[in-house]
Amino acid sequence: MENKVKIILDARSVNEGFARVAAAAFAAALDPTVEELADIKTAVSEAVTNAIIHGYEGKSGRVCMEMTANGNLLTVSVTDRGRGIADIKQAMCPLYTSKPHLERSGMGFTVMESFMDSLAVSSRPGEGTRVVMTKRIHG
Amino acid sequence: MELICKTTGRALLAEMRGELDHHNAAHVREELESRFAAAGMRNLIFDLSGLRFMDSSGLGILIGRYKTVTALGGQVRIAAPSEQADKLLRLAGIHKIIPMYENLQDAMTGL
Ligand SMILES: Nc1ncnc2c1ncn2[C@@H]1O[C@H](COP(=O)(O)OP(=O)(O)OP(=O)(O)O)[C@@H](O)[C@H]1O
Ligand SMILES: [Mg+2]
Repeated sequence: MENKVKIILDARSVNEGFARVAAAAFAAALDPTVEELADIKTAVSEAVTNAIIHGYEGKSGRVCMEMTANGNLLTVSVTDRGRGIADIKQAMCPLYTSKPHLERSGMGFTVMESFMDSLAVSSRPGEGTRVVMTKRIHG
Repeated sequence: MELICKTTGRALLAEMRGELDHHNAAHVREELESRFAAAGMRNLIFDLSGLRFMDSSGLGILIGRYKTVTALGGQVRIAAPSEQADKLLRLAGIHKIIPMYENLQDAMTGL
């Protein structure tokens, strides 16, 4: 049986913690291990933080987080209508950051990719970015 | 997020508790920089035993302090990361540049 939630967040850093807790609460129904839960929280934190820092760059906006549970498969998507990414391949390279002056390490996408089973990024400059991640919960 | 700083020997001991993310990173960075300068110590030890969560914003904080402290001739060490933090630090290869210790006692040895 499928279960689905959709949460709209103001693009404010205070909501990063909320997004993590919401993802953990949603995923809890799939009986994850402590490690699986930590992986999900970390990946969600990266995606939502990117939307706020890079998508909207401090300007106001909305971040949409959708989560689906289907059997033991968790799908999380994080969407913003911010500035978008011109070169997705470059953006996903480990250590690449467009904001080194802000002490970013360029590891966000690498974390999402390693801690989840799949990561897909779609984006259009000027229109926004969507990140879709899936993870099978073995429990 | 709570930051508790103490001096031990020749190091500033920075204990972080709670969750370190982008929301509190700027504040933590400023606080660490000013405490480190005020303490007049060469070295910096991070006690992460009480840090329940960190993400890449935390990596940025650790690497940033590594750069400022080593530029002044000091050393940085990381003690007692939680399983969540340890997994992230290893994925990012932080253990290759900042020595990591299982407990605070070991991290303090020789500093
Ligand atoms: N939602 C987004 N909107 C626009 N650009 C993005 C978005 N997400 C990522 N990017 C771009 O992709 C780059 C890489 O992202 P990634 O999360 O891997 O690293 P970072 O955010 O720069 O650093 P870190 O995540 O380690 O703090 C960013 O520097 C930014 O240029
Ligand atoms: Mg990022």
